Amino acid sequence: MENMVTVYLFGKKYEVPDSLTIMEAMEYSGYKLVRGCGCRNGFCGACATIYRISGDRELKACLACSTRVENNMYVATLPFFPLVKERYDIEQVKPTEQIMMQLYPEIYACVGCNACTKACTQGLSVMQYIAYAQRGEYEKCAELSFDCVMCGVCSSRCPAGISHPQVAMLARRLNGKYVAPECEHLNERVREVQEGAFESLIEDLMGKPLEEIQALYNNREIEK
Amino acid sequence: MYQDPVMQASIKKVEAARAQNMKLDPRRFSAEEKEALLKTYHPDYREEQFAPLAVGPNKGQKVPLELKALLEGRPRLLDAQVDLSQSEYEADVLIIGGGGAGCSAAIEANNNGASVLLVTKLRVGDANTMMAEGGIQAADKPNDSPAQHFLDAYGGGHFAAQKDLLKKLVSEAPEAIQWLSNLGVEFDKAPDGTMITTHGGGTSRKRMHAAKDYSGAEIMRTLRDEVLNRETIRVVDFTSAVELIKDEAGRCCGAVLMNMETRELMVARARTVVLATGGAGRLHYQGFPTSNHYGATADGLILGYRAGARLMYPDTLQYHPTGAAFPAQIYGALVTEKVRSVGAMLVNANGEVFMNPLETRDVTAASIIRECTDRGNGIDTPEGKAVWLDTPMIEAKLGPGSIEKRIPAMMRMFAKHGIDIRVEPILVYPTLHYQNGGLKITVDGQTDVENLYAAGEVVGGIHGRNRLMGNSLLDIIVFGRNAGLNASKKAKSVQPGTATLSAMFAFEAERADAGLNGGIPSPQLLPDYVRHAHTTMAEG
Ligand SMILES: Cc1cc2nc3c(=O)[nH]c(=O)nc-3n(C[C@H](O)[C@H](O)[C@H](O)COP(=O)(O)OP(=O)(O)OC[C@H]3O[C@@H](n4cnc5c(N)ncnc54)[C@H](O)[C@@H]3O)c2cc1C
Ligand code: FES
Repeated sequence: MENMVTVYLFGKKYEVPDSLTIMEAMEYSGYKLVRGCGCRNGFCGACATIYRISGDRELKACLACSTRVENNMYVATLPFFPLVKERYDIEQVKPTEQIMMQLYPEIYACVGCNACTKACTQGLSVMQYIAYAQRGEYEKCAELSFDCVMCGVCSSRCPAGISHPQVAMLARRLNGKYVAPECEHLNERVREVQEGAFESLIEDLMGKPLEEIQALYNNREIEK
Repeated sequence: MYQDPVMQASIKKVEAARAQNMKLDPRRFSAEEKEALLKTYHPDYREEQFAPLAVGPNKGQKVPLELKALLEGRPRLLDAQVDLSQSEYEADVLIIGGGGAGCSAAIEANNNGASVLLVTKLRVGDANTMMAEGGIQAADKPNDSPAQHFLDAYGGGHFAAQKDLLKKLVSEAPEAIQWLSNLGVEFDKAPDGTMITTHGGGTSRKRMHAAKDYSGAEIMRTLRDEVLNRETIRVVDFTSAVELIKDEAGRCCGAVLMNMETRELMVARARTVVLATGGAGRLHYQGFPTSNHYGATADGLILGYRAGARLMYPDTLQYHPTGAAFPAQIYGALVTEKVRSVGAMLVNANGEVFMNPLETRDVTAASIIRECTDRGNGIDTPEGKAVWLDTPMIEAKLGPGSIEKRIPAMMRMFAKHGIDIRVEPILVYPTLHYQNGGLKITVDGQTDVENLYAAGEVVGGIHGRNRLMGNSLLDIIVFGRNAGLNASKKAKSVQPGTATLSAMFAFEAERADAGLNGGIPSPQLLPDYVRHAHTTMAEG
């Protein structure tokens, strides 16, 4: 027999099997989800959730799809958080401090409370990546923020009104486009394709009778 | 930590054999062995799970039972009143679906001067694209070529791909990577800029590009950010297309939309339309679990089919060989193929390596099913049988820290449930993963219906009857961009006529002729996971 636990969904009490995730517990209790449910596996950040275990003072944050229910858990989902997302032209911006000052000046108002880091559902050093963003160190900001699913919980706890996930998003794009090293073999291959260097090779292959292509495929050499 | 004594005993065998197993380079199956495996064990060959369609352009051809019910289902709009002369939204190009294909199409259409309306069922980016872990293929290394890429994909797809589409896919692959790089996608690179590439199942060259094991997420969030940067792309989320609109000349010119929360119906009119609604995992064919996102219910196949577009290979599905089989909370979730690319092997209950881990997906899935059924070498889990994927081999081969560096998402997924994949192997079983088939398109991305374009997983034919890892992320970029470009070009010369639901009514007449009264509401839009323990009161 399943072990049942008590959970409070938006304050209302339900009994659910303890093997369920919070998301499954909601469905088990009769909720048909539209908001607050995307990938169902920790990638999209649609299911940000705040919870508190009875007797404990601390509010914790998690992803409902990848967190198991606990006994006496009070749950409130945060299916949307109004982050600030500034528009910019990726072709025009430069990877300097200037751009953060212009688009997200509030990051310089960070009071260092570290609430963002404590709240991160992915366990990231959020405050630290914001510090890198302040200094225009986009490579480091990108690296530290890489696993961000943009659920917005960090921002919900921020006294300075920072939209951390959007700051990190900008930093990663700046890093990917401007800071990371150019890839020579890629540029070279694109040139070759555009010059039609492989055209006849492929056409030739496409024109072969099936048995011949099959033989080529079955005997092709595989890189070690 | 595994608590179950049977699992623990089996792990002991896996550990004891690890050093020996790691030295093995198991031979590949011969072409005959592969064929026999597929015929006997692959779910696509279970005849009783398929039935021929009674109506529509593919009448007489077999499709999975669950898909048949929807393709022949009852159009939702039959029960509603919509005034097509009023439109809430207007744009040059309407894009349905906010995944990777839809966003790529939106950006290119917009680059070409079109105003774009992008509607999507959940939030933009809540999509299969977000979940792709392993990577994206492109033949950009000196020892590789688009022709070699063609050969791998064509053979891997059982020589059934539509050749002109496949040619486009492989030829434009390097440019797709360059395009993404220029948008700021952070591919894994060596300090000198060389792409770090690996094998995927069925590749003959190391051409899998990745962004750690968040490849899809990195691509998706970058595309989404770019879409949101554009003033003339309007994004409307939590809004699904429920029927396509055609003018009296039979050209597609919009869609009827439904607000997913309020269920309000609205009309969107456009000069051209792009369907980019993705896959069908949430239909749970044959009762399989799935790796797909919540909104993957084959809506685009239904909408396109009712409007008159033919399907190609709708009977071929991809069961990813390594879905998580334990613990129950992540049952069906994907364990990326990259875990095998970087060195983990498949091992049975006795600690024996039973195959080369880098066979194509269909063959690998069939081989795992054989191990768990006829051979009786599976490990018991609460959900059924499974085999081991020996992840600790990765660190033994590549050194400590390599798991965290190369497959952090996998490490995190299992760590949340108390399993440390650096020291403990994991249990896997095939999961419903990808829709190989879909709407038939021409090289310019158009379906059989004029001005109705399609891109991404909703399309069939590019990969033949099986898709290689890394070719789908590639396909959504190459064909997403292509659809956006061609739809926006076409939009410049089209003047749509009067909006009608004539296609739906014609289809309805065909249903009636075939004796199909009733039927389930279609498209499905979302799966139903609510436990119906009590009777509920109807709304209204
Ligand atoms: C877990 C996982 C891992 C994968 N790993 C890889 C990999 O490593 N490499 C690779 O190449 N491929 C991989 N794939 C496959 C690949 O990610 C997908 O095939 C591809 O991203 C599909 O893109 P898409 O844009 O066509 O569809 P999606 O990204 O699924 O987007 C479709 C969008 O349409 C919306 N939609 C659906 N119906 C409607 C409607 N009626 N109205 C409005 N909107 C609608 C959906 O909500 C969604 O936003 C993986 C897939 C999964 C699930
Ligand atoms: S539903 Fe995507 S992270 Fe939870």
